Amino acid sequence: MKRRTSRRQFLLAAGGAAGFGLASVLRVKPARATPAAMQEAIRKVVGSASVNTGKLKLELPPLVENGNAVPLAVSVESPMTATDHVSAIHVFTEKNPQPDVVSFRLGPRAGRAGVATRIRLADTQTVVAICELSDGSFWSGSAAVVVTLAACLEES
Amino acid sequence: MASALINVPPRARRGEIIEVKTLISHPMETGYRRSQLGALIPRDIIRLFVCTYNGTEVFRAELHPAIAANPFIAFSTVATESGTLAFQWTGDNGFSVAESVAITVE
Repeated sequence: MKRRTSRRQFLLAAGGAAGFGLASVLRVKPARATPAAMQEAIRKVVGSASVNTGKLKLELPPLVENGNAVPLAVSVESPMTATDHVSAIHVFTEKNPQPDVVSFRLGPRAGRAGVATRIRLADTQTVVAICELSDGSFWSGSAAVVVTLAACLEES
Repeated sequence: MASALINVPPRARRGEIIEVKTLISHPMETGYRRSQLGALIPRDIIRLFVCTYNGTEVFRAELHPAIAANPFIAFSTVATESGTLAFQWTGDNGFSVAESVAITVE
């Protein structure tokens, strides 16, 4: 007897396959979005401590025409008192020739945990900022940037 | 010859958080670019920026080649007392520039 796949069975199977595919993509994604060199640079800064997500806000334009000067602003929610303050903010990129961008050291005298500068971006990529609090914990934030003209490679 | 631009409010209330903006002229040569002959252009960057308020360090930034030419750095500090804010940039090839700005706190 010939058994035909019913519409319901087909949809169930297709949905399951799609779900499995999506799950595997989601599981793979963190490894692809944060290449090894950047992870290594971050490890060097945070040591064995775990990095939490949140508290830190990294502001970058989503679309950049010229990667030679990209405005970057980092702010952290912190009362900035002697016992509870941000002691350092580090910025990393995943596709620049070097993952380190800048390290800011601040303390309770800053009053507010907010810094701004201009950076170079060599490619469309994700930029990660990590802050260190006075209690020794680390918090991170990231921003994806699309770059149309890359820095570092062109003759100026 | 490097020149620096510094923007600090000349007077502030005690305890007020003031915004400090600095800009210095420097090519920030990355060390990854090549000349037209194919030779690598050696790195020439500012590596360190330090701000001291009446002799106490309040802010420091360690720069890498990924900082854009003519580094702009903005941060904040609490106006604690009248005095001077001193800024120091140091980098490759003996680059060193110091600037200071007076502030009146009332």
